[in-house]
Amino acid sequence: MRVAIIVFPGSNCDRDMMVAVEALTGRRPALIWHKQSYLDPVDLAIIPGGFSFGDYLRCGALAAHAPVMNALHDHAARGGAILGVCNGFQILLESGLLPGFLAQNKTLKFVCKQTNLSVEGNAICELTKSLDINERLHIPVAHNEGNYFADAETLDSLESNGQVVLRYAKDETGVSDNPNGSANDIAGICAANGRILGMMPHPERAMGAGHKSADGKKLLQSIFEAIIT
Amino acid sequence: MSVQSEMQFENAAAMGLSKEEWERVCAHLGRIPNLCELGIFSAMWSEHCSYKSSKKWLKTLPTDGAQVIQGPGENAGVVDIGDGTAVVFKIESHNHPSFIEPYQGAATGVGGILRDVFTMGARPVALLNALRFGQIDHEKTPHLVSGVTAGIGGYGNCIGIPTVGGEVEFDASYNGNILVNAMAVGIAHSDRIFYSAASGAGNPVIYVGAKTGRDGIHGATMASAEFSDETESKRPTVQVGDPFTGKLLMEACLELMAADAVVAIQDMGAAGLTSSSVEMAAKGGLGMEIDLDLVPVRESEMSAYEIMLSESQERMLMVIDPSQAEIARQIFNKWDLDFMPIGQVTDSDRLILLKEGEIACDIPLAPLVDDAPEYDRPHLKPELLHVIPAAEIRQNIQISDALKKLIGSEDLCSRRWIYEQYDSHVMADTIIGPGGDAALVRVHGTNKALALTVDCTPRYVEADPYTGGKQAVAEAYRNIICVGATPLAVTNNLNFGNPEKPEIMTQLVQSVTGMKDACTQLSTPVVSGNVSLYNETDGKAIKPCPVIGMVGVIEDWQTALGIAIPPETELFIVGQDENINTGWLSNTVYAKIIAGRIDAENQGAPPPVDLMSELQTGQLILDCYKNQLINAVHDISDGGMLVALCEMMLAGNIGAEITLPDNIDTHAWCFGENQSSYIIATSKADEFTKNAAQANIPYLRIGRSISQQELKISNGDIISLKELKQCYDTGLSNRL
Repeated sequence: MRVAIIVFPGSNCDRDMMVAVEALTGRRPALIWHKQSYLDPVDLAIIPGGFSFGDYLRCGALAAHAPVMNALHDHAARGGAILGVCNGFQILLESGLLPGFLAQNKTLKFVCKQTNLSVEGNAICELTKSLDINERLHIPVAHNEGNYFADAETLDSLESNGQVVLRYAKDETGVSDNPNGSANDIAGICAANGRILGMMPHPERAMGAGHKSADGKKLLQSIFEAIIT
Repeated sequence: MSVQSEMQFENAAAMGLSKEEWERVCAHLGRIPNLCELGIFSAMWSEHCSYKSSKKWLKTLPTDGAQVIQGPGENAGVVDIGDGTAVVFKIESHNHPSFIEPYQGAATGVGGILRDVFTMGARPVALLNALRFGQIDHEKTPHLVSGVTAGIGGYGNCIGIPTVGGEVEFDASYNGNILVNAMAVGIAHSDRIFYSAASGAGNPVIYVGAKTGRDGIHGATMASAEFSDETESKRPTVQVGDPFTGKLLMEACLELMAADAVVAIQDMGAAGLTSSSVEMAAKGGLGMEIDLDLVPVRESEMSAYEIMLSESQERMLMVIDPSQAEIARQIFNKWDLDFMPIGQVTDSDRLILLKEGEIACDIPLAPLVDDAPEYDRPHLKPELLHVIPAAEIRQNIQISDALKKLIGSEDLCSRRWIYEQYDSHVMADTIIGPGGDAALVRVHGTNKALALTVDCTPRYVEADPYTGGKQAVAEAYRNIICVGATPLAVTNNLNFGNPEKPEIMTQLVQSVTGMKDACTQLSTPVVSGNVSLYNETDGKAIKPCPVIGMVGVIEDWQTALGIAIPPETELFIVGQDENINTGWLSNTVYAKIIAGRIDAENQGAPPPVDLMSELQTGQLILDCYKNQLINAVHDISDGGMLVALCEMMLAGNIGAEITLPDNIDTHAWCFGENQSSYIIATSKADEFTKNAAQANIPYLRIGRSISQQELKISNGDIISLKELKQCYDTGLSNRL
């Protein structure tokens, strides 16, 4: 399994993701500096969380134009698998690899908390297909811009194509655990080919062993299984 | 000397120097200083940089111990935690800037303290903060709380260091002068610590990081003056933070240190290029020559004075090994940061600054540092308040109603509204985040973890500064013990009013003495710290707030204790003697919230702190923890026993029943703030009581966990957990 983690100068979850990947695959992923304009063949490219270039402009807007992104587009065009978490999700949207936009949280505040997620039953995402759809995943978020938004047409097509992969879950009273005001409680979506997954929650912070949950491990494990088979 | 000096005493006075200090400057130079030189003297001799009012008393604090690698005097303190690893930490205030511009003030406070830690060669792993705001219903408070919280988060979240703990308090004395103290903690190899003393005449002096602008000019002097109505016009003297550049600087410096190229390094914090160049040269017993035309600037035509006194953020000064200069340059190129040789170390013992080819400043270094003024300011014998008997304080209110009011009050309710705005998980090593007793952060890749806490109870300090100083240390000690960690050392942040007033100086002297006694008895030396004086607005001082930040270590984080009560456990109070029946209500949160005793004179004496029983009770808790006799533990502090119990129930989402002892003042028993005591939950009650009896530590069984989601008190009061949670959770969000 060859995994590459793309590192921008303001990435701050690159090490956490590296530790998580190594724990699950037994192999240390390659860290790819944003100035590098090529990408050796990999099975999975990950854009981790952080503040790529400070995000003083729109989150991920500068990162989307870094040299490494051309190589990532090529990787995507070959049907390569990509995971973007938090800032990584924002960068995937800014670079057009996924549809939609992440606006500032509805509360206008940064939010860091555990969230309950539901896995969509009809999702076409190849990377998460082994996840049990009846199970709730308990994975934390930490972001200021996680409020997913797209025009009605795009939202409809995401829903009908099965591109919504993760949602903030509803409790028994029907209240959703949506921390940011996302449309349709969306926490994660995939590309039309099911090979690119973008999500706000941080699976690398839910790896068991001292974390409040091990459900992130479950999610990452499903991705690695999907890639091997 | 090319720059004509027209400086007079009036110029010096405007920069905060006294007549006598002005005369000393002239004597040291043998002439009248120019503007730049006067600026340098006034910054170095400001209260903020020179500690001139507090130094005499700071010297009395214990700073040694087998675990101490570096005590006060460097950028941060360094303590050995074994296996070749050291913890590096310090706390620092950013009070005045945060009141003027809360977001930037707080953000740069965090940035500054992080630089102090990574300057020592440590990778920062945790941030904490101690905040004091005015009354919650004061017109400025919501704006200040929002701004400070967002600023702390804005910096910490972006640079990627988790904010794992802290404390917040609201009190009218901070209406016009809030307190924002930030603590940073890092991990380093114990044999790879970097210091600030320059060495090697001829070695290049390198400027790295962000460019120098006109922001924050003479900030250290502003931080050494009282506030007035005009303070907000000082907004331009507040620095602006850039956490992204902070992150680049941190990574570049750590990479450079790993490459063995750094001889000495110093953060440009308060007094910017002035204090960094002066301290590096003076500590090395050498001189320094800097060409100010080489300093990267943001704005054109900056004068020597402006360049030397700017407090632009995210800058470092370092002396490097010339043979490694190329490697260093490459590292800074990689991170797109300015890297500029601006001068060299000399053996002249003078600071010489060049501007446009001419000498803009030429001053001897020794007087700036070694001969900085030190005052023995007058202080008084403290006037202590009398103890107010519980019977006078207790109100005619149901215990359950008092409890709801207390845990819903801004003093005791959940701080979730604040801490959810901080990324507390980044780096993926946070085992216990905000909301517990101490935070627990894993030493990456090991079984060890650091226990971290910040504490102070200003109303105790105001009523009895000696006891209050002791209590801050004791409470921090208890919080560290509560997670099962061994307390190691402390950093302190002394926030007081104007030390030229004897009654304020009395608070400082007494509380430092209390800290000294407590740190000595509890073997937690002071390894770093910060003093913030002149916290006054229009002549009215804040409640004294000497904050303690304590660090402890636990060998195996998997065995750490929490406050959540597990099912089927019995509950005990540990550490309170028979006198428990009198319960200490004087100067408690109950007295404030329930009895409305808000002014100091109505508050009465705070609970006494017996350091020997603090030590012995703490030891018993640690012994029982090691023998696995305790399932959960929480110290009794603000709000007393019942509030502590309630927090343990909410954390465990579990009910409990308790029995009130006979013939007691029930309110005093429930809400008294007797010190040196804990509530524990245990499934091995017999073994626990045997151990406590053997150790001769008093204990009292108070009840047990129950399966119903409620608190049942033997007087018939019943409150549902849901109702308690509602009060606790909404206390802040409803008011801000």
